[in-house]
Amino acid sequence: MKKENVIVAEELTKAFGDFKAVNAISFEVKKGEIFGFLGANGAGKTTAMKMLIGISKPSSGQATVAGFDVYTQTESIKKNIGYMSQKFALYDDLTVKENITFFGGIYGLSRAKIKEKREQLVSELGLENISNKLVGSLPLGWKQKLSFSVSLLHEPKIVFLDEPTGGVDPITRRQFWEMIYKAADQGTTIFVTTHYMDEAEYCDRVSIMVEGKIEALDTPKKLKEQFKVDSMNDVFLKLARNIE
Amino acid sequence: MSISLSNISKSYKKVKAVQDISFDVEPGELFGLIGPDGAGKTTIFRILTTLLIPDEGTATVAGFDVVEDYKAIRNAVGYMPGRFSLYQDLTVEENLTFFATIFGTTIEENYDLIEDIYVQIEPFKDRRAGKLSGGMKQKLALCCALIHKPKVLFLDEPTTGVDPVSRKEFWEMLKRLQKKGITILVSTPYMDEAALCDRIALIQDGEILDIDTPKAIVSKFPKTIYNVGANNMYKLIQALQSYKHLYSVFPFGEFVHYTDKRDSFQIADLKSYLQNKGLANISIEAAQPNIEDAFMELAK
Repeated sequence: MKKENVIVAEELTKAFGDFKAVNAISFEVKKGEIFGFLGANGAGKTTAMKMLIGISKPSSGQATVAGFDVYTQTESIKKNIGYMSQKFALYDDLTVKENITFFGGIYGLSRAKIKEKREQLVSELGLENISNKLVGSLPLGWKQKLSFSVSLLHEPKIVFLDEPTGGVDPITRRQFWEMIYKAADQGTTIFVTTHYMDEAEYCDRVSIMVEGKIEALDTPKKLKEQFKVDSMNDVFLKLARNIE
Repeated sequence: MSISLSNISKSYKKVKAVQDISFDVEPGELFGLIGPDGAGKTTIFRILTTLLIPDEGTATVAGFDVVEDYKAIRNAVGYMPGRFSLYQDLTVEENLTFFATIFGTTIEENYDLIEDIYVQIEPFKDRRAGKLSGGMKQKLALCCALIHKPKVLFLDEPTTGVDPVSRKEFWEMLKRLQKKGITILVSTPYMDEAALCDRIALIQDGEILDIDTPKAIVSKFPKTIYNVGANNMYKLIQALQSYKHLYSVFPFGEFVHYTDKRDSFQIADLKSYLQNKGLANISIEAAQPNIEDAFMELAK
């Protein structure tokens, strides 16, 4: 079974003066894959992601996201991706329903579609009793789950998640991963940037960036075998140490 | 006791931040408060560092009462809050000098305590604190919390947002400080860091779930855990959730952790059930529980 690639990067590079923040990275991500994009603080993850989501022009190299070119078709890219970060989630002083309506509008959905999505989402998440409450009053775990659902409202081909479960309690975190598995099973590609190594363990494949380059890329299982360790945390420590 | 809390409660308006919390930390102990955001960890730190007065209960730090003797506590403890709270516009060296001065000491006087941490940031001593990387900010904050040679050190989520390499170095530093006789209370949302503490309190929604050594907490886990893997994680979880003998199922990286209601669990039974559900590449093996398993069982 050969699945189509939804992200293809070839020698993608971003330089700031002499400094190559991202140095000729190449990789592919398949449809429905959960892809972990890891690296230490300052390794170049954020710069790379900005190029992929069409808000920063590469210095050289090629990349397509959802079939669109990162140099010339950035508006099409933005329509076909979702984004969720631990920091920017939803509007605290809007209710659950208002947030869904607002973001549906931003994504350009029709009124009928927004209504349909709003009802579907509220019932799937079991939020019936609190759908008129302000988002600010919800526990962090609920906010994260709602925020993820909102990032899927316009049925994007790819969702970019930035450290999605940092600080969340272990049970909610797992409910969150179940939601991610479900979305991936339905064909949505999940691109997770994180430096929480336990989030890396859940990905189908992970790449590890060190100083602007991808130094390792494989399934967590194979990486652990390759480095002869038990956890992604130890893979990361070994890799970072070898580079030094 | 270096730190002692009895029946501490604190509410913010309607929200009960911590409820009836009691625990003791012995001199020289490295004690961890382990729990997610919103569990009440920071409230406990603020009460113990005399920045917040509890609604109920009493607490002492280094033998001083947190309400009556707050001034004595402030001289006896070091506190590194969760948010970077140094002066961004002062240089590394200026920050350190500032903290030494307000505690009536000098960098030279207690240099031996911070030396192995400070040498790592000394090359940048003329740089403004706001311009440091995350790992370096954390090291500077630790130096500032230590410069008056405190008896007790409070560290509120020192490793949050820090990459694995810096996290590892940070814990190595804590172990060395502990050897110098400093009592340390540290909080973290990372369950894997729990194993590095002498004893831990698991905390959620303002209540303590358990207090013990990490080993003892894990050994109390009541069930046998099985690592289950298959070709489709989402379908695997769904199948297990509808299995009538299920006790719990939680995703754990490339596997799920499964526990069964029965004592007479047979791997072969579950395997054939999963095969009938259309799953392939099924693997099932007994595994060791960890702190997260224990936390989830207690939090149920």
